[in-house]
Amino acid sequence: MSNIQALTGDGSVANAMRQINPDVVAVYPITPQTEIAQEFASFVSDGLVDTELINVESEHSAMSACVGASASGARVMTATSANGLALMWEIVYIAASMRLPIVMPVVNRALSGPINIHCDHSDCMGARDSGWIQVHSENAQEAYDNTIQAVRIGEQEKVRLPVMVNLDGFILSHGMERVELLDDAEATKFIGELKTQYPLLDVDHPVTYGPLDLYDYYFEHKRQQVEAMENVLEVITSVGEEFGKLTGRKYGIMEKYKLDDAEVAAVALGSTNGTAQAAVDELREEGIRAGLLKLRVFRPFPVKEIVEALSNAKHVAIFDRSISFGGFGGPLFTEIRSAFLGNDKIPATANYIYGLGGRDINVEDIKTVYKNLTSGKSETVNYVNVRE
Amino acid sequence: MTDMIEVRWHGRGGQGAKTASQLLADAALDEDMYIQAFSEYGPERMGAPMQSFTRISKEPITIHCHVTNPEVVVVLDPTLLRTVDVAGGLSEDGTLLVNTTKSPAEVRKELNLKGCKIYTVDATRIATDCLGRPIPNTPMIGALIKVTALIKVKNLIKGLKKKFSKKFKPEIVEGNIKAVERAYEEVKSE
Repeated sequence: MSNIQALTGDGSVANAMRQINPDVVAVYPITPQTEIAQEFASFVSDGLVDTELINVESEHSAMSACVGASASGARVMTATSANGLALMWEIVYIAASMRLPIVMPVVNRALSGPINIHCDHSDCMGARDSGWIQVHSENAQEAYDNTIQAVRIGEQEKVRLPVMVNLDGFILSHGMERVELLDDAEATKFIGELKTQYPLLDVDHPVTYGPLDLYDYYFEHKRQQVEAMENVLEVITSVGEEFGKLTGRKYGIMEKYKLDDAEVAAVALGSTNGTAQAAVDELREEGIRAGLLKLRVFRPFPVKEIVEALSNAKHVAIFDRSISFGGFGGPLFTEIRSAFLGNDKIPATANYIYGLGGRDINVEDIKTVYKNLTSGKSETVNYVNVRE
Repeated sequence: MTDMIEVRWHGRGGQGAKTASQLLADAALDEDMYIQAFSEYGPERMGAPMQSFTRISKEPITIHCHVTNPEVVVVLDPTLLRTVDVAGGLSEDGTLLVNTTKSPAEVRKELNLKGCKIYTVDATRIATDCLGRPIPNTPMIGALIKVTALIKVKNLIKGLKKKFSKKFKPEIVEGNIKAVERAYEEVKSE
């Protein structure tokens, strides 16, 4: 039974949260919060979920409340955006190191200075070393699908890590699109019950969370986090396959678009992939063998899969919607470029930093990037649509 | 993607351009189309010029960029004709629909436009009559679907009932439906 609705990205994620029906949701209820929390709060008021909604006084407190609730054995979510994520920083790391499978949709927006509320990936990229799983969405449908799957991925016994579900600010969060929701009963069945592990509230089996951990075992605990991350890609793949059987929308780590015979390829995260797909179609009509790699998962970084997918291309444009000041290109670029070292076939790679603070990138802009790559007009690091 | 229609809505903050872009999309969805509706978010506030957009297609819409060459432009506020380049990017065979007391020929002269089809309707008066308030968005959708046949009136009314019933009293919902029907009848061509 299909349930097709016109929903914004925020609305689709709020509906996923309604179907997940978390035990606890702690949110900061003021800007930079998004309509995700607002719509979810109305589901709580309407009695459509059993969630204990905690309105806290800051994002730092929101994540702190999530950590406490999750350690106690609850299924926990929150939602944030941009500077809100920045204010959570300290506790974001702690949630991952305590192995708490909190799910957090993040509406990707610029980190200000000067003030900007529009899309870029500065917020989530800043959290790339925090130990969270990071999944990106191309459209409102994927934002919904990813949120549902995130619960299963994070809670898997050999993972037990928090998950960030990224969706592009305004472009997806405020844009209304056609979205197909699961039936509530189907969603409940797919998501399943939380299997608690070492809950604080199990007083018969007392445990300690977050104690002092100095020279003796801290490093071993970090090593275990690495190990947990190494299990993630396999879990994402199997959950994505199971979701595909249920909905017809199968998910993996990445999606290849006309890539197998591509001479010139691009890699991107998020909503730009759909625009790039249209660029690839037009370039193919012009006789240019163009292809696209849509990366769904940024953390853990799928090194082997990316190298395999791009090995046959001669030129690869790597699109970054964030900047690393003083660094050697954007985060996606530096990781993909270094992933190829030691491989037999190494494509020529160039970085295209684009879309900061919501700057538009259209089909023509992307076609120009592909054309510049093959005609040798690209530098190592390039900036799309910026006044020099 | 060739049969995708892009509509650009020009309004002032508070006139309901965002709601109009979403209502049209929602009604097109009821006809099993793929849709996008989004607005420009800047320092917009009550009375300031703003834009909203609707994309409608039989095929899935993958692009997520701005609308630069719309097939249809709808102007909710006649004073915008003097301050905003409302016909910017509109193609020769495009459609321009304006809420004004003027005739299409007068609008053509005022904007010095060569191509495109121009339609006008006095949506402010219709809204004032039917709703008691000069909010022109719903009658403008009525006029739009008359001149473009993008969707069926009954689907628009269905969508409008669904969306407005949650927020407004029944008489306001009825008033909006009446406004849609009147604008559908009263829109003028050249």
